[in-house]
Amino acid sequence: MEKYETHTHDVIVIGAGGAGLRAAIEASAQGASVGLVCKSLLGKAHTVMAEGGVAAALANVDTKDDWKTHFHDTMHGGKMLNNWRMAQLHAQEAPDRVKELEHWGALFDRTKDGKIMQRAFGGHTWKRLAHVGDRTGLEMIRTLQDRGIHSGMEVYMECTITHLLKDGERISGAFGYWRESGRFVLFKTKTVIIATGGIGKAYKVTSNSWEYTGDGQALAYEAGADLIDMEFVQFHPTGMVWPPSVRGILVTEAVRGEGGLLTNRNGERFMEKYDPERMELSTRDVVARSIYTEVMEGRGSPHGGAYLDISHRGADYVKKKLPSMYHQFMEFAEIDITKEPMEVFPTTHYIMGGIRVDADTAGSTVPGLFAAGEAAGGMHGANRLGGNSLSDLLVFGRRAGLGAAQYANELRDNALKIDDVELEKAAREMTRPFENAEGENPYTVHQALQEAMGAYIGVFRTREKISDGIEEIQVLKDRASQLRIEGSRMFNPGWHLCKDLKSMLIVSEAIARCALQREESRGAHSRVDFPKYDDEKWGRVNSVISKENGNMKIGTSPLPQIPEELRKIVEGGHK
Amino acid sequence: MAVVKMRLYRGDSNGGAEKEYEVPLEEGMVVLDAIHFIQANYDGDLAVRWNCKAAKCGSCSAEINGMPKLTCKTRLDTLPLDKPVTVYPIKTFPIIKDLVTDVSWNYKVRKTIPPFTPAKDTKWVMYQEDVERGQEFRKCIECFLCQDVCHILRNHDKKNEFIGPRMLIKIAELEMHPLDTLDRKEFLRDQAGIGYCNITKCCTEVCPEHIHITDNAIIPLKERVADTYFDPLQWLLEKFKGSPKQ
Repeated sequence: MEKYETHTHDVIVIGAGGAGLRAAIEASAQGASVGLVCKSLLGKAHTVMAEGGVAAALANVDTKDDWKTHFHDTMHGGKMLNNWRMAQLHAQEAPDRVKELEHWGALFDRTKDGKIMQRAFGGHTWKRLAHVGDRTGLEMIRTLQDRGIHSGMEVYMECTITHLLKDGERISGAFGYWRESGRFVLFKTKTVIIATGGIGKAYKVTSNSWEYTGDGQALAYEAGADLIDMEFVQFHPTGMVWPPSVRGILVTEAVRGEGGLLTNRNGERFMEKYDPERMELSTRDVVARSIYTEVMEGRGSPHGGAYLDISHRGADYVKKKLPSMYHQFMEFAEIDITKEPMEVFPTTHYIMGGIRVDADTAGSTVPGLFAAGEAAGGMHGANRLGGNSLSDLLVFGRRAGLGAAQYANELRDNALKIDDVELEKAAREMTRPFENAEGENPYTVHQALQEAMGAYIGVFRTREKISDGIEEIQVLKDRASQLRIEGSRMFNPGWHLCKDLKSMLIVSEAIARCALQREESRGAHSRVDFPKYDDEKWGRVNSVISKENGNMKIGTSPLPQIPEELRKIVEGGHK
Repeated sequence: MAVVKMRLYRGDSNGGAEKEYEVPLEEGMVVLDAIHFIQANYDGDLAVRWNCKAAKCGSCSAEINGMPKLTCKTRLDTLPLDKPVTVYPIKTFPIIKDLVTDVSWNYKVRKTIPPFTPAKDTKWVMYQEDVERGQEFRKCIECFLCQDVCHILRNHDKKNEFIGPRMLIKIAELEMHPLDTLDRKEFLRDQAGIGYCNITKCCTEVCPEHIHITDNAIIPLKERVADTYFDPLQWLLEKFKGSPKQ
C-alpha cells in the first residue's frame, strides 16, 4: 500500500469537544502519552454551540439543591431508563468539575455574593445551570482548550479516523487521513477514547454541525462494541423555522429558563394542556411533542411553528442574558426578540443512546475502547435534561481519561500488533470512490438520507413508517456503495462525505431498528401505535445493537439493578 | 426563480482562478448556503471550512466582495446582486485549497502565551462587574478575521514579530482576569510586539462578535507596557521595587 505516517501513543482521543478535551487532559495528567485527533480545527467542535448552561448542584442560588435532587431529576427526565450509576456519578461529581473549570480560568456569570450564577431549566427542580449568558459552551471549550494545549498532549487537527484496528480482541490502532492532503495516517495506540459527539447530520432539520455524522458510534460498532438505546433521539423543542437558510438552528432553552412563553396562532399558552404544572419548563420530549402537535393540528404560526416570546422581560435584560439569541434573530431573521416573538419548531439535537460503557471507567465492551460524552449511551436514559450534557462531558470525559490511562499503564510492555491485512483493507475502502467511473454524487445520497430520517423516524413514529424507513436505508446503503468523486484527495469535501455517509447509514439503521423494536412510548421515543409506557416489558430493558457476521443484530438486555437507597431517592419527592 | 452569480476562487499554492457559478436565490440565504449549493450540484471537491453555520464557531471566514466576513453570517440580500458576488480565501494566511487557508500559525502563537495562573490560596470569589471585562474578550470565536485584516500581518507579514489582535485580546483577557497573578508585560513588549499596532482599528471593524478589540484590549495593554517600560519615574521605582502586577 502507499506510504503513510505513523504516530505512537498510549491514548488516542477521537474528538476535541468537551468530552474529548477533558479526557485528553486527564489522561495526560496521569502521565499517559496522549494524541488528540479531531476532524476540525481545535476549538470548533460542537460543544462551542452549547448555549444555556452546565447543570451542577452547586446550590449557589437555590441553597436546598444537592446531588440527590439532581440525580432524582435526571432519572425522572430519562424516564427511568438511565444507567443509575452514571446518573449518580454525574450528579455527585458535576459540581467539582464545574469549579475545576473556574480554577482553569473560566469566567461564569456571578451571583451578588461573587459565586457562580445558576439559572432555571426544564426538568430541574432548582436553579442549577452555571452559565455565561447564552454562550456557555464556548466558555467551556476555550477553557479546556487553554488547559489542554499546556498539558503536554499532541493535537492532530483536521484529521479523520476512518477505522479502528485490533490485535485479537484488543484495540491496537486507529487509521485515518489528513483532511488537508488526503494522505493516510496510522496511530499505534493501546487505547482509543471515542468522543465524537452525535448523529444529527443524518437528519435534515438539525441544530448540529457538519461533524455530527455518527463516526464514533459507527467506529465502535464496526470494532465489535455494543450500542444501546439508539431509538432515543432528542428533538429540541425550539429550533428556528424561518428563513429556510437557518431552519433548525438552536434557540436556547435559556429563553424559557429566563421566562419565555410559548403560544399558538390563537394566542393560547398551549403548554397548559400538556403539562400544566411545569408549563414551558417541562422536559424537552414533552415540549417538542406539544409544539409538533399544535402545528400539525393547524394552530401553528405562519411559517409552521409556535411563538416563543421573551419581550416582556425588557430589552436590557434580554440583551444581557440572551445576547447570542438577540443577534441570531436580528441578523438571520430580521426579528427583534426584545419586541416581537420568535417562531420555533423541534429540531434534531442530541442522541441519548450510544456506545455501551461501564459507568466508572467509561470502558466499552471492547478492551481498550472507551467512550464519553454524546457518543456514549446510558447516562440520559430516554430523554436528556437541558444542561446535563455539558456536565456529562466533564464528568465522563475525565473518567474516560482516567480509565484509558490506567488500562494503558497496565499493558505497559505489552507490544500490540497492527494487522496489515486490515490496514490495507481500510486504505482500499478509502480510495475506492476515486476508481469508480460511474456512480452517484455523495451529496445527493446524503440529502436523500436526511429526508428519509425526518420523514420516517422523526418526532412521532409508527411501525409502518419505521419499516419504510428501514427499507429506504437499505436502498441508500446500496447507493452509497457506488459513489463517484471528482478531483484529487487534497481537501476534498465530497470524498470526506463518502465515509461520513457510511457512518450516518450505520447509525440511522441502528436508530430505526431500535425504534421498531421498542413497542412503547418513553421519553423522546413516541410510538403513535403504542402511545403508553410499558413498564413491565420495555421499562426493564435497554435496546442493544451489535454486529454479528457482518449484519446488524438487534436485541435487549436487562437494565442494571438500582440499589435500594438510590431507588428511595428516585421515588421520593426530593425537594 | 431569481439567480445569483457567484465567483469563487478555485486553486491551491500553485495558483488558481475565479470560477463563476449560478445559484438559485432563496429568502434569507447566506453566502455559505450558496457555497453548499455549488458543492452539491457543480463541484463536489470545492474546499471550504465550516462547522456550525450559526456564527458560533468561526470556521467559515472568507473575503466576500473584498471584505473579510463569516460566510455563514453574510446574507446575500445585503450584497449588490446586479453583479457577481466574489468569494476569496483570507489573504493573510497561505492557501491550502480554494477557500481554505493554513491558519496553523495562530495555534502555534497561542501556545506561547503564558496561561492563566491563579494564586495558590485563591478563594474564588469574583463579582459580575469584575468578570465582565474578561467576558467581552472571551466571546472571541477565533475566526481570525482580525488577524486577516491587520495590515501588520496582511501587508507587512510581520508574523515573527507581531502576534496580531486575536492574540492580544487573549492576553488582555488573562491580564484582566480578577484572579490571575502573572505579569505578561515583558511578553507583550517583546514576543507579542504590541508596539507594532498603530491603532487603525481595522480589527475592531471586522469582528463578528463586536468585541472592542482596540479600545478595550489593545490600548489598555499598550498603556500598561508604556507605564512600566517607558515612564522614567515608574522605571526608576520598579528598579527598586520589582514590577508590580497592575
